[in-house]
Amino acid sequence: MSAPVALSGSSGEPPATTRVRIPASRTATPGQRQAFAEALAAWTLAGPALFFLLALYLLPVIAVVLIALTDWQLGGRSLTFVGLTNFREVFADEGFRASLLNTIVYVLVVVPSTLMLGLLIALLIESGRSCRAFYRAIHFLPFMATLTAMAIAWETLLHPTIGPVNQALAAIGLPTANWLRDESTALPVLAIIGVWQNLGYAMVLYLAGLKGIPQDLYDAADVDGADLWLDRLRTVTLPMLGPISMFVVIVVALRALESFDAVKLLTQGGPGHASEVLLYTLYRESFEYLRTGYGAAVAVVFLAIVLTLTVIQVRVLDRKVHYQ
Amino acid sequence: MSRATSIGRLSPPVAILRHAALLATGALILVPFVWMVSLSIKPPGEIFSTSFFLWPKQFYGVENYTRALTDAPLPRYMGNGLIVCAVILALQILFCAPCAYALAKLRFPGRDLLFGVVLIGLLLPHQVLSLPLFILGYHLGILNTYAALIFPYVVSPFGIFLFRQCFKTIPNDVVHAARLDGLSELAIVWKIMVPMALPAVIAFAIFSVVGHWNDLFWPLIAVRDQSLMPPPLGIMSFKNEEAGNDYGPLMAASTLVVLPLVIAFLAAQKWFVEGMTGGAVKQ
Amino acid sequence: MASVSIESINKNYGQMSVLRGVSLSVADGEFLTLLGPSGCGKSTLLRILAGLEMQDAGSISIGEQVVDGLRPKRRDVAMVFQSYALYPHMTVASNMALPLRMRRFSAFQRLPVLGRLLPGTARIASEIDMEVTRTANALGIGHLLARKPGQLSGGQRQRVAVGRAMVRHPAVFLMDEPLSNLDAKLRVQMRTEIKELHQRLGVTFVYVTHDQAEAMTLSDRVAVMLDGELLQVAPPQDIYADPDDRRVAEFIGSPKINMLDGVLREHGLLDVAGSALRVDADALAGTHLTLAIRPEAFHLAHQGGQGALTGSVRMIEHMGSDLFVHLDLAGINHPLLARLLAERAPHIAPGQTLHVGVRPDRVLLFTRDGRRLRRQAESGYASVTPIRETGR
Repeated sequence: MSAPVALSGSSGEPPATTRVRIPASRTATPGQRQAFAEALAAWTLAGPALFFLLALYLLPVIAVVLIALTDWQLGGRSLTFVGLTNFREVFADEGFRASLLNTIVYVLVVVPSTLMLGLLIALLIESGRSCRAFYRAIHFLPFMATLTAMAIAWETLLHPTIGPVNQALAAIGLPTANWLRDESTALPVLAIIGVWQNLGYAMVLYLAGLKGIPQDLYDAADVDGADLWLDRLRTVTLPMLGPISMFVVIVVALRALESFDAVKLLTQGGPGHASEVLLYTLYRESFEYLRTGYGAAVAVVFLAIVLTLTVIQVRVLDRKVHYQ
Repeated sequence: MSRATSIGRLSPPVAILRHAALLATGALILVPFVWMVSLSIKPPGEIFSTSFFLWPKQFYGVENYTRALTDAPLPRYMGNGLIVCAVILALQILFCAPCAYALAKLRFPGRDLLFGVVLIGLLLPHQVLSLPLFILGYHLGILNTYAALIFPYVVSPFGIFLFRQCFKTIPNDVVHAARLDGLSELAIVWKIMVPMALPAVIAFAIFSVVGHWNDLFWPLIAVRDQSLMPPPLGIMSFKNEEAGNDYGPLMAASTLVVLPLVIAFLAAQKWFVEGMTGGAVKQ
Repeated sequence: MASVSIESINKNYGQMSVLRGVSLSVADGEFLTLLGPSGCGKSTLLRILAGLEMQDAGSISIGEQVVDGLRPKRRDVAMVFQSYALYPHMTVASNMALPLRMRRFSAFQRLPVLGRLLPGTARIASEIDMEVTRTANALGIGHLLARKPGQLSGGQRQRVAVGRAMVRHPAVFLMDEPLSNLDAKLRVQMRTEIKELHQRLGVTFVYVTHDQAEAMTLSDRVAVMLDGELLQVAPPQDIYADPDDRRVAEFIGSPKINMLDGVLREHGLLDVAGSALRVDADALAGTHLTLAIRPEAFHLAHQGGQGALTGSVRMIEHMGSDLFVHLDLAGINHPLLARLLAERAPHIAPGQTLHVGVRPDRVLLFTRDGRRLRRQAESGYASVTPIRETGR
């Protein structure tokens, strides 16, 4: 695509030489002509973006729903509408059910842990004035770092023999484990990595929230007698963080839902289906097993979950607007 | 929490406790990074010994990093990452800014509809689109090329949304003045709006580059050739195929992949935090 | 009820000194206003009074008690903030009840669920409810108790903030620019209400504002502050008519007071701008002085010479009942502003030469370093009046 054509305000008019005088009643008024020129300019400016939005977002999402409802296979020339057959197959599959359950468990573990740790660290950082940027940087680092590379570092940490985690546990007499190969530990370990990666994000959002609390409220609380740390926390800090907490919950939940890299690198969903999550199922079925209909159905389920969360967020945030 | 009031200052024991707690959590956070760097400078013998030292007895960094750069085409991976991120960002700004300007400052029929399309794009998790995009790439015959890595991202609904919000805060009079000065609409976008919204553009640039530098999901689908792989995919294939359990070079490669963003982040922390949390609007 | 005594307060922020040796006493039941431009330190002084900040030197007593180092809670003061600082997540009733809850409930009784089960909690809670309702009704916000601050208008929020301060009957009311967030019309209305509130409650008010009109209409006494110093504390009319300091004269009054430089001749004549003015002065001849004359102190004179200034009319502003006449005087850069009654000065036109006279007692004299020169009954001309407190 080339860049949009430059337009001036008068581009809607024909060149002056070809202009014909038409009786006044039939010409567009100057106002109409200007509106037309503005609309033309707008659509020219927005055209390329609109084209790609349609081609790369809107049509694909329609396509994925259609594929999920038909028996079309990759490279196939024919397709028939099969209704919810793909979905029935998906939900009948024990692997998918495990994946869905794992994803829910993963989100339910990662979100509260991330939130609480993020809030705690934000409160700690904000409580003093020294080294704020330093602590913020450290805790935010995992969120920035390439997870694929960091997952390999985690793998060596958790290595059954040479990993320092097991060595440390053994040294103090605790049982060790083959963390990534054990059905009971694989998902919890991935959850820990998820918390590790995202808590800095929650922290930064909370820091922004804390900054947004007017000093006057703390002063008022002081004068009103709520001057102990816990009273200030309960009277001002936590209630004022309410709206942003809702936001953090949803955003972290969406990020948790979309976790893929660590699973792909460390466990491939195994052992068995013990650490399989939705996005990994989506990837494997669609692109490794090339089960197009199945993959599309998983994608639709995934989309439904994400949209539900978003709707909840919009609803709740809308209500919270009255707060201030 | 006590804040900037002079009496709210922490008493020394509490201040020490704060530092202790934050240093402890910070240290825990840094463990994987420290371990990664530590392994990257250790010889195989020390990696596989069960003794626990951060600093190697025998410095083996040169060998590990050399192998990371030669055994795996790591420079190539990083170069790919750079090209892909740069082209994506350039195209995103090229397409998003004019569209955002139209949405923010022009009145035209269909504007709400257009904005609705942007919002729908904003809501969609990109992975859901991967299957149709893969098929589209297949039919265009561009799979396994740079184009495959780039095309799904040439327009960013988030970019349009962010720029629109930012452009809206620029007074209309600025636009009117520019028109009187004879600027075309497109010139207004590039000469007036984008420079005035530069902080938002930078924040978006960071959001975009970090996202695509770190992305594994789509490259995994879009390319097969070693020579096209961006860093995350490259390092994964290095792990799977060549290095195996040879952790020294693998950790050296990981360190090199993580390093550019970490350095950039430490140098411009404020911008990064802004860019990455501005991204929070994308739900 | 309590008097407030502030003694030689100093406060620095790093290198910057924001309060320098401020001393002031406020009588029990008095309405005192701290007036000054933004950045003069008046809000800092109020915050120190509240205990939100600590002075670097000096002492503060409220009533009989020295409160230095005491937390706000222990000071028996209430404060109304510029932003009102209402808790947005609490209803009006909870906002107003909070100061009472924090004082009357023990820490255990304030626990979320458990607290309600403790003996005495219910009784205290219903007492608090009653007091909140009574206060709210007195302020005319009884019907708003269940609402949240976000659902209230600016004036209603202001009343809630006042209610939250009033409900626990503090000895001293502190108000930090409480009207500055309201539109002009509401501001005038709330000003009256605050005045009435003070009269009804009869407690001590310390009120911070940068608005002269507020200070003048509300206060028993006004304390004018500038650059961290207290310049004068006096009843409003004295602040206007009898300022101690050149800066007070310049700060108070709109349009601004005219400032002219002159040299004293013998026999109470002062050479200024080519004329000789009769002034109430017989200090040493040859002394350089600054004259300050309010625009409305001038009257039309028939001729120049002694007792009148002569200049050419540069511009005339018609204000209805008054005319603002800008006069260019010989040898003076900035024009003189005279406020004349329109009916007495019918035919003035730009470019015309005009004589304006002024009564000697309407001319305020300042030394070149800005201090007021006053006549003292016995000894002719006083040297310089120190900062003093008048009235009360």
